[in-house]
Amino acid sequence: MKLNGAQILWECLLHEGVDTIFGITGGTVLPLYHELVNYPIRSIVVRHEQAAAHAADGYARATGKVGVCLATSGPGATNLVTGIANAQMDSSSLVAITGQVASSVLGTDFFQEVDTTGITMPITKHNYLVTDINDLALAVKEAFHLARTGRPGAVLLDIAKDVQQTVIDFEYPAEINLPGYKPHMFGNARQIKQAAEMINQAEQPILVAGRGVIIAGAFAELLALVEKAQLPVVTTLLGKSDLPENHPLCLGMGGMHGEAFANLAMQNADLIIGVGSRFDDRLTSTAETFAPKARIIHIDIDPAEIGKRVRVDLPVVGDARNVLRELVSVVKPAEHTPWLNQIEAWRKDSHARDILHQECGELQPQFVVNQIWEATEGKAIMVSDVGQNQMWEAQYYHHLRPGGLITSGGLGTMGFGLPAAIGAAVGCPDEPVWVVAGDGGFQMTLQELATVVQERLPIKIAILNNGYLGMVRQWQELFYQSNYSGTPILGPDFAKLAEAYGIRGITISDSCEVRSAIEEAKTYDGPMLIDFRIEREQNVFPIVPVGQPIHNMIRRPIPQGAQG
Amino acid sequence: MSTVNPKTGYSRRTLVGLMEDKPGVLSHVSNLFRRRNYNIESLSVGHSETPGISRMTVVVNGDDAVVEQVIKQLYKLVNILKVSDIDDSSSVTRELALIKVYAPAAVRAEIKQLVDIFRANIIDVALESLTIEITGTEDKIDSLIAMLRPYGIKELARTGRVAMVRGSTTTGVTK
Ligand SMILES: Cc1ncc(C[n+]2csc(CCOP(=O)(O)OP(=O)(O)O)c2C)c(N)n1
Ligand SMILES: [Mg+2]
Repeated sequence: MKLNGAQILWECLLHEGVDTIFGITGGTVLPLYHELVNYPIRSIVVRHEQAAAHAADGYARATGKVGVCLATSGPGATNLVTGIANAQMDSSSLVAITGQVASSVLGTDFFQEVDTTGITMPITKHNYLVTDINDLALAVKEAFHLARTGRPGAVLLDIAKDVQQTVIDFEYPAEINLPGYKPHMFGNARQIKQAAEMINQAEQPILVAGRGVIIAGAFAELLALVEKAQLPVVTTLLGKSDLPENHPLCLGMGGMHGEAFANLAMQNADLIIGVGSRFDDRLTSTAETFAPKARIIHIDIDPAEIGKRVRVDLPVVGDARNVLRELVSVVKPAEHTPWLNQIEAWRKDSHARDILHQECGELQPQFVVNQIWEATEGKAIMVSDVGQNQMWEAQYYHHLRPGGLITSGGLGTMGFGLPAAIGAAVGCPDEPVWVVAGDGGFQMTLQELATVVQERLPIKIAILNNGYLGMVRQWQELFYQSNYSGTPILGPDFAKLAEAYGIRGITISDSCEVRSAIEEAKTYDGPMLIDFRIEREQNVFPIVPVGQPIHNMIRRPIPQGAQG
Repeated sequence: MSTVNPKTGYSRRTLVGLMEDKPGVLSHVSNLFRRRNYNIESLSVGHSETPGISRMTVVVNGDDAVVEQVIKQLYKLVNILKVSDIDDSSSVTRELALIKVYAPAAVRAEIKQLVDIFRANIIDVALESLTIEITGTEDKIDSLIAMLRPYGIKELARTGRVAMVRGSTTTGVTK
């Protein structure tokens, strides 16, 4: 079959099962867009390439498939950079395709030439510069294989414009050729047995579950293991929803803004079983003070994560699903009653401090998130931005949908929320998708409201509007003598702005109106934005000050009238 | 193994890596060392016994934990086929250096004598200078350089270490 490079690219993408791409056109991808109309691939045109990468990332996380974004050379490629780094950091399956200047002028600082593979080398799992049409199909096939297998990540394909235009006799490559790439899928049997013995002996075990469980689709295996051995589970931010968050063994998120009882449980554990988590600093604080009494089992598909941050007594390298399945069959049933009772006592004390109910009056963000949770029964796909809003979502929305929280964990990218929600809504059209964003982060990518309208995506947007770069203001209040330098921000009238785009928008400033507004958004047929004007100087508690062990939290104050 | 720095617990460790000979592989490797903040003393790359596979020798300053991380991170690079930690005692290591030394007639004989003692070679002679080639361990090369320094070294080029395990064992890729 005689095809040009552009046609070959799309043929290869069809082979990979791609049905949607997110991108913006330009000089060096004109041939690609020219051919795209002949293929059954939905092309979603965003308003800024950063959003294309975030949308593809959100699509990948919501569907478990590879997300694909496309941009032109030069500024198109550099605009992708934040989104690529974000996907790579959170092990999201992303293939980013960029156009490059023609191979004959490569290296001459041609118009819109930038060293895309050089720039993205440290923020991708791998990348390819394709300057020969004969290499194209294999590079595409390898890129998708790398993006979705092993520890997933971002892979970039930089394709010279002349390659897109050259015609060859096309044959789909039968095999990939990656002799140096062999992900460890199955755990070592001896180590799994040893892990089971350590679990059987433990009296105060805690399982720490990360995003690896979601990536591996190991929900059933995790549930079976923790129920059989009665292992209480603390999740990372990205591991929220590994276990249904109404499960008695689920202690929710631990770490810097984790629940006090979750942190106390980790600090008092005699065994920590990490599954698909890289024990990052937001979870452990200083590695030396983390879980001082515990032996640590670390189950991860990436051998380089083992021993990188915390000391590990027993590593098991493998896919979470495979390893957990083996582990379930060899652990002994257990009760751990005194330990679970102790944790319940800590949990009660924490709950007494929750802000769940409100009389009419000034809006509390915790209450708003809690109301969204109630109204959506914990089943929505929640896409949070970064900052206080992200932490309130994590603390007050109890996820039941596996993989139901999409958020920027490792990179903490403000502006991730709306574009990632676009990807999630495109990938999961039958599910409710909500954005929880701050007024700051939302203003970083709000141009994508136009994409929401153009693609008719019924996304519901809740802005927790405090007129501040709130999380940073909180740090200034607690650690920088309330010197609010660079944190007060103005915003537009978000409801009016939404209306200008053709999106229903309302403003809520009294807690009496919260529930009805959320119910309206839920049933409204189309996208809707609610600007929640929250109490401006609310803080996220608990918080572990930087450098402190995670049991040294500044706790939530106990509300008046409550006991605990 | 080379001497351990009592303050850091670090010593010089030799790693040998085999990688596909593809464009960009070397940038991936050097990028990784920079980005992960590893302390690299030398890196030398060339062909291996197998066409299409390059061999690199890396001298890294670190302890066991650092070396383990370096190896694991190198393995994550898609084009890296194999990485081995070569303990100094069971391996031979060599480096080559070219040294252009200021050598007017008056000191030429002295320098020639030094060259003989070190079993080095004079490979180029000019009116005012000699170019010396020496092959050996870093220590040996360091000592010759120290001896020549008083005469005035005009130019110095060192290749960095290459290494191989002793005996019939290999670090090759089993196919
Ligand atoms: C792109 C980017 N720039 C800066 C930061 C640093 N930062 C972290 S949280 C935050 C404040 C976020 O403000 P807002 O979006 O209003 O959310 P809030 O904390 O008020 O809920 C800032 C500036 C970041 N995480 N990402
Ligand atoms: Mg704000």
